[in-house]
Amino acid sequence: MSDKIFEYAPAPESRAVVSIRPEYGLFIDGAFTEPTEQRITSVNPADEEELAQVSVASDADVDRAVAAARRAFERVWGPMAPAERGKYLFRISRIIQERARELAVLESLDNGKPIKETRDVDIPLVAAHFFYYAGWADKLAHAGFGPDPRPLGVAAQVIPWNFPLLMLAWKIAPALAGGNTVVLKPAETTPLTALVFAEICQEAGLPPGVVNIVTGAGETGRALVAHPGTDKVAFTGSTEVGREIARTVAGTDKRVTLELGGKGANIVYDDAAVDQAVEGVVTGIFFNQGHVCCAGSRLLLQESIAEEFLERLKARISRLRLGDPLDKNTDIGAINSAAQLARIQELARAGDDEGVERWSPACPLPDRGFWFAPTLFTGATQANRVAREEIFGPVLSVLTFRTPEEAVEKANNTPYGLSAGVWTEKGSRMLWTANRLRAGVVWSNTFNKFDPASPFGGYKESGYGREGGRHGLEGYLNG
Amino acid sequence: MAESKKHRKKDTGTTEAAPQRDTSSAVPARLAVLKTYKLYVGGAFPRSESGRSYSVTSSDGAHLANAALASRKDARDAVLAARKAFGGWSARTAYNRGQILYRVAEVLEGRRAQFEADLVDADGVSADEAARLVSAAIDRWVYYAGWTDKIAQVAGGSNPVSGPYYNHSAPEPTGVVAVVAPPQGPLLGLVSVLAPIIAGGNTAIVVASERAPLAAVTLGEVLATSDLPGGVVNILTGRVAELAPPLAGHADVNALDLTGAGDLAAELEEAAAATLKRVLRPRAEEDWFADPGLSRVTPFLETKTVWHPIGV
Repeated sequence: MSDKIFEYAPAPESRAVVSIRPEYGLFIDGAFTEPTEQRITSVNPADEEELAQVSVASDADVDRAVAAARRAFERVWGPMAPAERGKYLFRISRIIQERARELAVLESLDNGKPIKETRDVDIPLVAAHFFYYAGWADKLAHAGFGPDPRPLGVAAQVIPWNFPLLMLAWKIAPALAGGNTVVLKPAETTPLTALVFAEICQEAGLPPGVVNIVTGAGETGRALVAHPGTDKVAFTGSTEVGREIARTVAGTDKRVTLELGGKGANIVYDDAAVDQAVEGVVTGIFFNQGHVCCAGSRLLLQESIAEEFLERLKARISRLRLGDPLDKNTDIGAINSAAQLARIQELARAGDDEGVERWSPACPLPDRGFWFAPTLFTGATQANRVAREEIFGPVLSVLTFRTPEEAVEKANNTPYGLSAGVWTEKGSRMLWTANRLRAGVVWSNTFNKFDPASPFGGYKESGYGREGGRHGLEGYLNG
Repeated sequence: MAESKKHRKKDTGTTEAAPQRDTSSAVPARLAVLKTYKLYVGGAFPRSESGRSYSVTSSDGAHLANAALASRKDARDAVLAARKAFGGWSARTAYNRGQILYRVAEVLEGRRAQFEADLVDADGVSADEAARLVSAAIDRWVYYAGWTDKIAQVAGGSNPVSGPYYNHSAPEPTGVVAVVAPPQGPLLGLVSVLAPIIAGGNTAIVVASERAPLAAVTLGEVLATSDLPGGVVNILTGRVAELAPPLAGHADVNALDLTGAGDLAAELEEAAAATLKRVLRPRAEEDWFADPGLSRVTPFLETKTVWHPIGV
């Protein structure tokens, strides 16, 4: 009976604000090409319905895009007064704000993430990111990279499907502010908001060739990364592809920044504020269905509170609402693709096979689309695959520790080093722990917070370079 | 002249014109004690576990000394030593690291005559040029000694995020760095690549100039007597082509400085990709007398950003 108070009537966001074309060409030199012969179909992962046909850029298409970016760099964007470059970025930021609802709905449709997140997190951060870097364009000499920092030239940028438009913003805004031009390839399964962004560039009057969007799959990405006509490669995605890119650019003069995988530890000490910590742990792993490279996917509980904490965590997870991404009440949306769902299922089976205890709330899954219930693996050891490998889904592995030293030891026992969390009411313990964690972002008494002014990026095999803040300019400038 | 140069190395450590180990029939009044050039690993001076050595010659081809010909196993031992030393060195206060780097400069100044002689032998430079190179090397330690407690203020800071959060970024050392020292510049080049790495709190494994490794080993003696904890710097002598690949592929090495890697650089960078090491590529021209700024420090730093809510 008490459950009833948490039952909400459906509150779906309207799709009417979005108009999707049946097919899209590539965005090269300021205009859309005719759609190519070869296509990929972008589907709505919540119901598997086709959203649009998208072009697959060939080597020749990538070639033309790089040439357009080079021309724009040399003739227009490079020579332009920095303050004017900045004004284009301000203008783009404003148009994104104006079209925010449309972009949020489209992102939810194409990605499967809840509208609550696209509306309140993704799209506002996209606009903020452009606004932040717009202001840097005419202040680069103050950024700490030399008195007269120069742009690198043409940047090749490849982004993932988990935050499609936000990752585009993280790549394009600092590149353009630094005076570079870009060729960006959005992810195979989530190209649509990038194509609307191309329209926004047109609407903003951005000179042709400054931003080029080439859609496609792995082959297109490889062609772009290996193209000899670029000066910079920026990639966000899996560690496996990151290694391949690092090999590809070895021995060239290209600059590289890589933002790769993670297996973030979320440490809860015995003095933590339990209700806040439970919320933070839930946010840490279930935000964006766990499709987050910096997810807190390993929960480290101090042994003395583990039992009680797990009980409350399970109660909280049981209240999460999984379903229609466009429903404003939805907490957990769809898994982005069949391939990703298979990967999550495979790793979850490995947890079962290794004898780790698995728990999920009673959670009916929709008949169509790609879905995975929020899942805990408790009593995991550091040897278990579910505690070592990045699952990139709503799956949390739970380990315990007795002393702060042991917590740090376990947290750092991974080849990754992207994020970590610390929950304690004691300031000195928080700082002691944060100092020892080998991770690029440490959230204490919070988790999964992002801001354009805050540098983001990993240690060790989570990649190199930073995105966001003053630090984010470094990868796009020659000092 | 060539004769005296050839023998100078063997007499290192003697102050007067000492008897020389030559084939003349004269009976020396005193036989010089020659130095065995060994590796510097984990604070000790071991020979290569392989038992091998190679002949190091002067710029005009005369034999100067035998240097240890380190093996792949020696390289792996050096990584272990560097990893073991990392926790302690990176946890030192920046002020303390600065004091130790300054101490290196002090001890180096006291032994400058030996380094000048080394450079005259190894590179055939004039005594004046050797003095200029040694002075620059000493001053470079002083330069980085002064950087240690300023890097975080210059490279880090607070970030004005949109919300009630304290948000702060600070640089931290990348970890264990393997360095291929420049073949030219046996002392100044070496110091110029090494000092910035340890100034930032990293530990290092250096593959010394293959051609002219003796100054590097002698620098190891300076480091060993400057309160630098053992393992913070580990110096290998031998073949770059034999030692650099196992370091580039080693999973416990976090970064590579390929300044002296020459033709091997691309191959080493490719090997480093497997574990996503940070790589500092060789640059076209190095002017070791120029102000380096932070250009050799920041490539071996990570930025850590810490968030905390603000509230009552």
